[in-house]
Amino acid sequence: MSTPSGAAHDGVPKAAPSAEALKAQRSLGARIADVLSGGFVRVFLIVVGLFWLVPTIGLLLSSLRTPADMGSSGWWKVLSQPSQITFDSYQRLLENDTITGSLLNTILITVPATLLVVVIGSLAGYAFAWMEFPGRDWWFLLVVGLLVVPVQVALLPIAQLFGNIGIFGSIIGVILFHVGFGLPFAVFLLRNFFAEIPRELLEAARLDGAGELRLFVRVVMPLGGPAIASLGIFQFLWVWNDMLVALIFADAGNQPITVALQTQVRQFGNNIDVLAPGAFISMVIPLAVFFAFQKQFVSGVMAGAVK
Amino acid sequence: MTGTRRTVAALFLLPALLLLGALVVYPIGYSLVRSFFDQSGSSFVGIDNYRELFTDKSILTAIKNNTIWVVVAPAVATALGLIFAVLTERVRWGTAFKLVVFMPMAISMLAAGIIFRLVYEQDPDRGFANAVWVGVHDTFAESSAFPKAHPGAESPLKAAGGGAFITKEPVRAGEPVVLPLVGVAPDQLPDSAKPAKAAAAEPGKVTGTTWQDFTRGKGVGERNGVDASELGYPGMKIEAVKDGKVVDSTRAAADGTFTLSSKADGAQLRLPASNFREPYNGVDWLGPSLVTPAVIGSYIWMWAGFAMVLIAAGLAGVPRELLEAARVDGASEWQVFRRITVPLLAPVLAVVLVTLMINVLKIFDLVFIIPPGSSQDEANVLALQLYRSAFSDDQPGIASAIAVFLLLLVVPVMLFNIRRLRREVRR
Repeated sequence: MSTPSGAAHDGVPKAAPSAEALKAQRSLGARIADVLSGGFVRVFLIVVGLFWLVPTIGLLLSSLRTPADMGSSGWWKVLSQPSQITFDSYQRLLENDTITGSLLNTILITVPATLLVVVIGSLAGYAFAWMEFPGRDWWFLLVVGLLVVPVQVALLPIAQLFGNIGIFGSIIGVILFHVGFGLPFAVFLLRNFFAEIPRELLEAARLDGAGELRLFVRVVMPLGGPAIASLGIFQFLWVWNDMLVALIFADAGNQPITVALQTQVRQFGNNIDVLAPGAFISMVIPLAVFFAFQKQFVSGVMAGAVK
Repeated sequence: MTGTRRTVAALFLLPALLLLGALVVYPIGYSLVRSFFDQSGSSFVGIDNYRELFTDKSILTAIKNNTIWVVVAPAVATALGLIFAVLTERVRWGTAFKLVVFMPMAISMLAAGIIFRLVYEQDPDRGFANAVWVGVHDTFAESSAFPKAHPGAESPLKAAGGGAFITKEPVRAGEPVVLPLVGVAPDQLPDSAKPAKAAAAEPGKVTGTTWQDFTRGKGVGERNGVDASELGYPGMKIEAVKDGKVVDSTRAAADGTFTLSSKADGAQLRLPASNFREPYNGVDWLGPSLVTPAVIGSYIWMWAGFAMVLIAAGLAGVPRELLEAARVDGASEWQVFRRITVPLLAPVLAVVLVTLMINVLKIFDLVFIIPPGSSQDEANVLALQLYRSAFSDDQPGIASAIAVFLLLLVVPVMLFNIRRLRREVRR
């Protein structure tokens, strides 16, 4: 792919064989086709982008209208009649004890479930990466095998188990279930990351007489920061957005926002003033986390592509 | 290796293994055993529960739908992800686009379900999908303005079958024709309608008026005659028919008057059915026949971004020189895409496809939320059926059989993961 400088075509300044020159070498027709298809690509991507945005915008605008307006016309009418916008639905929603209580429950479930998975997963990940014990690799492969077990398999057995030990319906039960099904991914991700830590670092600390626990807290956890952040964000979103597990394991008083909203869906039209703002509020935190920690989220998604 | 070391390792592992054992491994064993027992759990029934999977009508629907899901959703999401990943490389705002498409992954399926309930609302005045669909449809197909118009008493018109109306007698050039109808609600008349005028006679041409022969408060006024406050039917299509063939046609003006050429002399005038068709009302997205594709659409909205991001990462690893060289050699963009990009991305595409397949196998929330009660049975999937069997039908045996069936479907992926990792672990 060299361009003999003497062979430059009419009107093309003699230049080093840069990408520019290569482009100029191609026929006029090819260049026109490029410009046209470039325009087409832009239009196509804009249309697709709009299609991806519009549903969410529709939800937001729907949440800002009265149920009466919603019953009579589409949300896009707001664009021509901005006076329809009202925060009434949000105000009533925040005075609704069931909804505010369920938001609190979502937090009470999500935060411990995330922290526990991170801590327990890190301990096990470190053990699998750097400790010697018989059958280590087999145990690890077993955990990896559990990565793809569908949660559905456990719903009924665990419901009975929790019933027997008296935590069915409680927040603790929901948390435990999420921890159990978050662990295979946590162990998998962290073990692989910890295994990349340079051996000399750990050896040096061991020679200094540090115990395993101290090594873990002082060396491994700080170095594992990026992976721990990815895992934490992934698990946080996973638990925050869950509906199925809480639908089964949480009593009425302990249900998170997803389950509280789900009970209103059967009468969709009548409850739109709860559903639209409720859904939007439930999305605010995950979206904030998503935008703030995009990089970590993406690397978590990549590592978890098998889950 | 010392004994204390081993103890320390055990302590590090204990919490994880304990939880995994109790919450993940134990349920697998439990489901396996339970699936061979009857409803009460007291007597062994062999494979009866599994036989039920393939005979029960509602479970069969679930299996059929799950098959559609697994075949369609991952393929479409991956294809879109590939297209987006390749195209975003050619615009400067590619990152912004990726953010928009990837964003739905961060929200709950419940929120996405509510979002798409709104999108799929049947009424084209309220549901966005139908608003767009009807808009496109009406651009390409004639919409009718007079859905309920029909001849009144003693009208010169009669029904011509299929919703059209035709004059009882042939018309003559130079003799103005009246085509009065009734039945259009005043607020449904097109805004362009003007007070109707009796048509003037024109030699050699057929002229006439078509209008709403009804004066509010006074009934018909002069029957089959144009009264002062009566409105014309703008845009009404009029055909002249001779021996079953259309010899001329025209549309009425705002005041309802129309003119046809001399060819219409001696023909019957017909108002074709297209004038009276009910307005197009869009698609019943969440009705029994379309509900599964509609829910799959919402899933693709959520997960195409996942495919796009993974594929874009793979694409970043494709050597640029290779693509540039092919272009210089005269390969078209399509050839570059088809012969170089896709083959190089094959491993990534496979990972994305398999991941989405496993994900789709367990699909629950969207199917639980989006279909209204009337079409939920048609939208049934295995995860939903399991939930119902276990927690509302009180059929733990069947629920366990479904669980084992789901598990069996992911076993190949499980083994693949283990094999892939065994190579890495043994490095």
